[in-house]
Amino acid sequence: MMSLIYGLITGILFGFFLQKGQVLRYDKQIAALRLKDMTIVKFMLSHVMVAMVGIYLLYDVGIVKLSLKPTILGALVIGGLVFGIGWGLLGYCPGTSLGALGEGRIDALWGIAGMLVGAGLFAEAYPFMQKTVLTWGDFGKITIPQLLGINHWLVIIPMILIGIGLFRWFEKKGL
Amino acid sequence: MKNEGSWSPYLAGALSGVVAIGSIWFTGKYFGASTTFVRTTGMIEQIFSPETVAKMPYFIKQVPKVDWQWMFVVGIAIGAFLAAISSGTFKIQAFPDMWQKRFGRGTAFRAGIAFVGGAIAMFGARLADGCPSGHGLAGTSQLAVSGYIALAFFFIGGLISANMLYKGGGQK
Repeated sequence: MMSLIYGLITGILFGFFLQKGQVLRYDKQIAALRLKDMTIVKFMLSHVMVAMVGIYLLYDVGIVKLSLKPTILGALVIGGLVFGIGWGLLGYCPGTSLGALGEGRIDALWGIAGMLVGAGLFAEAYPFMQKTVLTWGDFGKITIPQLLGINHWLVIIPMILIGIGLFRWFEKKGL
Repeated sequence: MKNEGSWSPYLAGALSGVVAIGSIWFTGKYFGASTTFVRTTGMIEQIFSPETVAKMPYFIKQVPKVDWQWMFVVGIAIGAFLAAISSGTFKIQAFPDMWQKRFGRGTAFRAGIAFVGGAIAMFGARLADGCPSGHGLAGTSQLAVSGYIALAFFFIGGLISANMLYKGGGQK
């Protein structure tokens, strides 16, 4: 029960910041995919740069556990491309579709209905996928530092520098 | 700032990152959204054929029920509503501005593209085991290899379809 309340509170805070950052707008999502406006990329990278530092600080002192999704190349590449194609048509992703609805974008309802159907179709296809795509190139639950065999801070610090460099470039180009 | 009532995406993004850290710290929960659609579809299908749902491997893996993430996704809608009301940016809109400029105000066309897009996107997200929240934010924040590969292909797929849809026209 407490878990449900925490979920609701966390979602409210996240939705609040998504709306304030203009991430819930179709125009912003599609403009990013048309490489005209990087608002959603700025939001995502800022989130990740802050979260990665916090998560790994807490991880180093043993307070939190990681929750990694396996790296299955077939599923990530095919599923990723398929997701992206649908995203470019809808203009909202699963989380932002609900947020978009919250700020009055009722066209998100069509997308939400479509996503529920898509989830049902995948549930039907799952046994087949389990035997095929979900076995192609399975490297298990790996992180970049593990792959490179180095300490995670040697990955985090360069990533933050790259992120800041990208931000400066976006601002210079007016993206 | 260009738009009244909005914040810099850097600030809003960074603050949302703090929320993610808090969530992981206090409840051990990482952000995600697409599993909720599976659980919801399962709950709807259960109304009509509970026996079938009970036997389907994917619904055994992702049990149809209201959990932390389900409430999180509902919370996103509430939080967005509160933010929009507080900044006076709440507006009922059936056609996004960019869409309307390019395709006009045909309900069937927007509904059809959005519905099909949503179905394709969710099928892909479940195959990839995550969406821009689970892979794109939570996965990349943990430096998971899967998060970076998924995010790259999300954008490649999106670049393809968005550019096809708006090929040769449509202003920003």
